[in-house]
Amino acid sequence: MRQISTPGDWSGVISSRSATRLSIEMNAKPTASIEPVVEFREVTCRAPSAHGASYRPLVSDISLSVFPGETLVLLGRSGSGKTTLLKLINRLLLPVSGTVLVSGRATSEWDPIRLRRGIGYVIQEAGLFPHFTVAENVALVPRLEGWPPAKWHARIEEMMRLVGLDPGEFAKRYPRELSGGQRQRVGVARALAADPPILLMDEPFGALDPITRAELQREFSALARRLRKTIVFVTHDIREALLLASRIALLESGRLVAFAPPDVFLHLPHPEVQAFAASLAISQGASS
Amino acid sequence: MTAWSFFLDHRAEIFGTTLDHLILVLIAMFFAITIGVPLGMFIVHRPALRTLALGVASILQTIPSLALFGFLIPVPFIGGIGRRTAIVALVLYALLPILRNTYVGLTGIDPAVLEAAEAMGMTNVQILWRVRFPLALAVILAGIRTATVITIGVATIAAAIGAGGLGTFIFRGVAMVSDAVILAGAIPAALLAIFADLLLGLLERRLRVS
Repeated sequence: MRQISTPGDWSGVISSRSATRLSIEMNAKPTASIEPVVEFREVTCRAPSAHGASYRPLVSDISLSVFPGETLVLLGRSGSGKTTLLKLINRLLLPVSGTVLVSGRATSEWDPIRLRRGIGYVIQEAGLFPHFTVAENVALVPRLEGWPPAKWHARIEEMMRLVGLDPGEFAKRYPRELSGGQRQRVGVARALAADPPILLMDEPFGALDPITRAELQREFSALARRLRKTIVFVTHDIREALLLASRIALLESGRLVAFAPPDVFLHLPHPEVQAFAASLAISQGASS
Repeated sequence: MTAWSFFLDHRAEIFGTTLDHLILVLIAMFFAITIGVPLGMFIVHRPALRTLALGVASILQTIPSLALFGFLIPVPFIGGIGRRTAIVALVLYALLPILRNTYVGLTGIDPAVLEAAEAMGMTNVQILWRVRFPLALAVILAGIRTATVITIGVATIAAAIGAGGLGTFIFRGVAMVSDAVILAGAIPAALLAIFADLLLGLLERRLRVS
């Protein structure tokens, strides 16, 4: 299904974010005037099994669109294919059938290096380079992109303040000298440093203690709203999904089984939605 | 004649021979590192070649050193009597620890770090030089350290094919049934090995991250 676009219709009238809302209210019908930033068209992806010869599908027949400025949360159990969808966007994986479009162009036609430099990536435990200081980690992509030193130096400070780390105190530290929460902040700063329009996040707060996690979730949701990045966020935590998402896509065994904004998501009748809703009820019961 | 008085009487000769020994080891290590480290980097993404290279290096390691020196003598160009043959044998011995540690160091990196590097748009060459290599350096150096200590020991046997070095004292001492002469070769060789181990161990600790 191709999104029919009439560029310019809404520009100057409403912000991209409210346009996104509008498209949600219209159930993302082809009448939406905003081009999706990321679009999956009947995407199936397989990977070699551990035994080599046979292949198992990671995701099957996925079609969905991510619009500018929205935070799309991919929710599902472990092994449901969430991370696979993320890796299809920055071409760490390629589909065996169907197409993944980024900015209107199939990932298979993108130069993978160019594509990835325009997409921020944050993973669990941050994946920081242990032999780089915080500043060097943050400056990585700007330096790869050949920014002049004055510009990336300034950018380090800006990014560190953005994620709530004092540059004077933390810039020269190594990742091992930081707490888990601080490392994750650096991970976000590094992903945002070259100002990519798209941000991919794979359970970025998953390894943190509950208090630090809640703190980072709150700060990040405020940051995401302010920066207007297009964010695709993977989690297995329904609370996190409800907190951060503009829309939630629920995956089960590699298939998209539910797709809705958070306010209606829990009312969907699908058994997997209800399983997640039940887990929410249990955790709320335990905490009250 | 006590060992000590032999030491004092022949100190210039012992010192000169120790220097010869050290130079022999340094030349062999230079070639072993020049071959082993790039080869270790090269086999990271080439499984077939990796099996072959590590297999051959392992087999070479199992050949007794005296036999390896013997085998090499009739080989044209690299063989014969003298230092050249000895250096070839020492390089072959030093190769396995360097090759294996280079490979293990480059591949034993936290997969999350490599995934992040790839996802941020680093090319394979950039990942190798800016991520894998710096993170593997301590492990590679540990291999060089092991290889150096082995080479200092094996180089004493190189005297058997006329390569000189501290082995000359040991072989002469065995022939003369003189402990003093044997020790004049054995003690400096042991000290060389200990110092090399300490020095490279120090360097290795400074390079270790995480």
